[in-house]
Amino acid sequence: MSSEQNELTQTPLLKIWVPWVHSTLSRRRGSSVPQFTNSPTVIVMVGLPARGKTYISKKLARYLNWIGVNTPNMTLFPLIGVLFRNCASNALTDIGAYFTKEQGQVAVFDATNTTRERRGLILSFAKEKGYKVFFVESVCDDPDIIEQNIMQVKLSSPDYENCDKEEALEDFLKRIECYKMTYVPLDEEKDRHLSYIKIFNVGSRYLVNRVQDHIQSRIVYYLMNIHVTPRSIYLSRHGESDLNLLGRIGGDSGLSTRGQMYASALAAFVQSQSIRDLKVWTSHMKRTIQTAEALGVPYEQWKALNEIDAGMCEEMTYEEIQGHHPEEFALRDQDKYRYRYPKGESYEDMVHRLEPVIMELERQENVLVICHQAVMRCLLAYFLDKSADELPYLRCPLHTVLKLTPVAYGCKVESIFLNVQAVNTHREKPPNVDINRKTEDALQTVPEHV
Amino acid sequence: FYIGVFFLPHLCFTVSLYLTLSLSLGPAVCMTNCPTLIVMVGLPARGKTYISKKLTRYLNWIGVPTKEFNVGQYRRECLKIYKNFEFFRPDNEEGLKIRRQCALSALNDVRQYLCMEGGQVAVFDATNTTRERRDTITRFAEQNGFKVFFVESVCEDPDVIAENIVQVKLGSPDYIDCNTEEAVADFMKRIKCYENSYQPLDEGLDRELSYIKIMDVGRRYLVNRVLDHIQSRIVYYLMNIHITPRSIYLCRHGESDLNVRGRIGGDSGLTSRGKEYAKSLGHFIQEQNIKDLKVWTSQMKRTIQTAEALAVPYEQWKALNEIDAGVCEEMMYEEIQEHFPLEFALRDQDKYRYRYPKGESYEDLVQRLEPVIMELERQENVLVICHQAVMRCLLAYFLDKSAEELPYLKCPLHTVLKLTPVAYGCKVESIFLNVEAVNTHRDKPENVDISRPTEEALLTVPAHQ
Repeated sequence: MSSEQNELTQTPLLKIWVPWVHSTLSRRRGSSVPQFTNSPTVIVMVGLPARGKTYISKKLARYLNWIGVNTPNMTLFPLIGVLFRNCASNALTDIGAYFTKEQGQVAVFDATNTTRERRGLILSFAKEKGYKVFFVESVCDDPDIIEQNIMQVKLSSPDYENCDKEEALEDFLKRIECYKMTYVPLDEEKDRHLSYIKIFNVGSRYLVNRVQDHIQSRIVYYLMNIHVTPRSIYLSRHGESDLNLLGRIGGDSGLSTRGQMYASALAAFVQSQSIRDLKVWTSHMKRTIQTAEALGVPYEQWKALNEIDAGMCEEMTYEEIQGHHPEEFALRDQDKYRYRYPKGESYEDMVHRLEPVIMELERQENVLVICHQAVMRCLLAYFLDKSADELPYLRCPLHTVLKLTPVAYGCKVESIFLNVQAVNTHREKPPNVDINRKTEDALQTVPEHV
Repeated sequence: FYIGVFFLPHLCFTVSLYLTLSLSLGPAVCMTNCPTLIVMVGLPARGKTYISKKLTRYLNWIGVPTKEFNVGQYRRECLKIYKNFEFFRPDNEEGLKIRRQCALSALNDVRQYLCMEGGQVAVFDATNTTRERRDTITRFAEQNGFKVFFVESVCEDPDVIAENIVQVKLGSPDYIDCNTEEAVADFMKRIKCYENSYQPLDEGLDRELSYIKIMDVGRRYLVNRVLDHIQSRIVYYLMNIHITPRSIYLCRHGESDLNVRGRIGGDSGLTSRGKEYAKSLGHFIQEQNIKDLKVWTSQMKRTIQTAEALAVPYEQWKALNEIDAGVCEEMMYEEIQEHFPLEFALRDQDKYRYRYPKGESYEDLVQRLEPVIMELERQENVLVICHQAVMRCLLAYFLDKSAEELPYLKCPLHTVLKLTPVAYGCKVESIFLNVEAVNTHRDKPENVDISRPTEEALLTVPAHQ
């Protein structure tokens, strides 16, 4: 075996060690966590109308995309009879194309899929192509939940654009009756060889059968942690810090005078909102803790909420980074999501770090998270379904609370500036990201500082 | 309930120690407000004790104080000598009385543990096969403010049950003087005694209870009314474990350049001895003839260089990176003592919770490694090429080592640990691959006082260039 075998080089952007000689035997992993998806997986939603299938599909797709599993959502609006068959097979062909061409890993097939025949069609298609299938069935017999559902999402659908609410409700309930006649739920006996989760009454009970692999296990865990109880999530950064004022990134400094003022303003704001059973979370860094202290309520610290580790660039100004590491600075602008600071982290690393936080946020009800710029961008991207390209440029200014309230299939955002001035820390992507760019070009978008 | 920590500028290094008091689960104690009583349910030989012990081990490792209470043990204390299955006959008045007393005695100890000894979770391991018994336990829990979560194991596969009996029953103190055939026959009759009165958790009658029903060793699960975070984590864990025979191989990267110079952390490459080890590891793996072996490394050069020599595909986990020594990265212990004598002493005082300034603690590492453990549970044969502190954390999980022991577990270079689950625990084989390497293990010195002289601080530092 040649000694070259052991010579490695570190890729400049991701900071991943790879051999000099390309070895066909080794797989390169770009992210911080192995993906564990060998064959693509089709998630098939099952259930009568107004059982939350689309809600679950969209949420699941959003979660999987955020953790880095490419997942498009294939929604099929229910049509009857022959059209059904055509649409279904079109959607299946789309799924096939998506897996092959776009290297997707998971596709969510959102339709009623209420007959064994329809499900059989999907299973044969998947078997032929070598895809795994995982069914997610939502069963609900609580009339209040169903009506709520219809009011929230169905009545605003294009189908009911010109109808009055009562009529629309009645019509939709009749629609459901049509499906009920042919609805064959997943059966414990007959379907014992399938992989599925059956969700009863919005999560009070689950039946899980034959989980095949890692991704299915993660999906089950996620589905078992989400709920539909109304609540709001408040995201905010710490108050302005001393290093913020100096235009320096990272570090563990305390609040500036204005930062302290923000903390008090935040306390007043939280009081005024009269939030029931509010939980407050911070990171382990001084500036978020100082901010929380002003609230005068119990709070919990998560190390996972710490700001992105800028490694060798910790506590530097952008000007200094450009001065000492111009190539790194350019690489970061080329792919801000995947770029890893030398001896530090990338946004991609942070998303994996934050996954348990998201999982616990899903379980909780009213929560205020006091965190940091990069962290807040990651969390916000999860709730607002932002792509990896958009995520690192989301605007999360100091002294501004974002109130997120789940509504219908998405999230309402209210942005509340608490009226205490702060420095701007948002650096836009400059037009020139070339490694050989001039210093002025590199520093073009750096915000002002002391 | 959790009050914030105050930053005092000149003591900011000491304060970093206080910050680590938040438990590995993320937010501190608040996640499990009232203690939880996990109640096992199932006929004999359905894996209840296996699950109890494994779950207890996992929860303790992630930082939730947990203890199991096996009623069978209590019965053995009480009875001293087990004659035969007749003791378990449903018409044996004397037997029933003793068994009930044992259950109550165990519950008493549960109360002691959860209320007075700082326990967070107690696992009550008994058959608990009648609704009446379960109601008694539920009432007990209500009276004491404990949440209850039932874990039922249902299995009718005769092969699984037979294997169970062979693996764990034959070696039990109950059967110490029996030959295999007698023991198996007796145990089967014992099971029969429970079968007639067995009332499994029922979807209808028990719909208000919180439980997971595990069917056929994990093929199917029924989960009802998960109340909180800890129950959700327990369900996730139980759904990921399996009993398929397999082995986990743990080892460190080959000896590195920084290793020989006595420096910690960093991202250096292998020495020539390290490269030799990598080659030997390749041969070793070949010889072992392992079915579908997965190989995992960290994202640091030295583990990847080691894996490259195996010429098989491998996966990189950032979570397997060595502990971040923060400002002490790439220092020798002598330099840490010189520049940060206070830190060095604090570390010796509580090596598990101590966090390097701008770095991590072992406690942080455990939290970081939890997804790795979860995936290791899902997988079958895996070789993990990692680092000293990381390997200590993983080993502590498999061998049920406490937080005190964990940071001092011996994980020498160039030695593979082969872990094979057997009965209720793990068999460990230590294989030194015959390539010399520097020793990197520093024992806890006798004097951990912050004002100790330098020689005493450096007493246990291993030799290096």
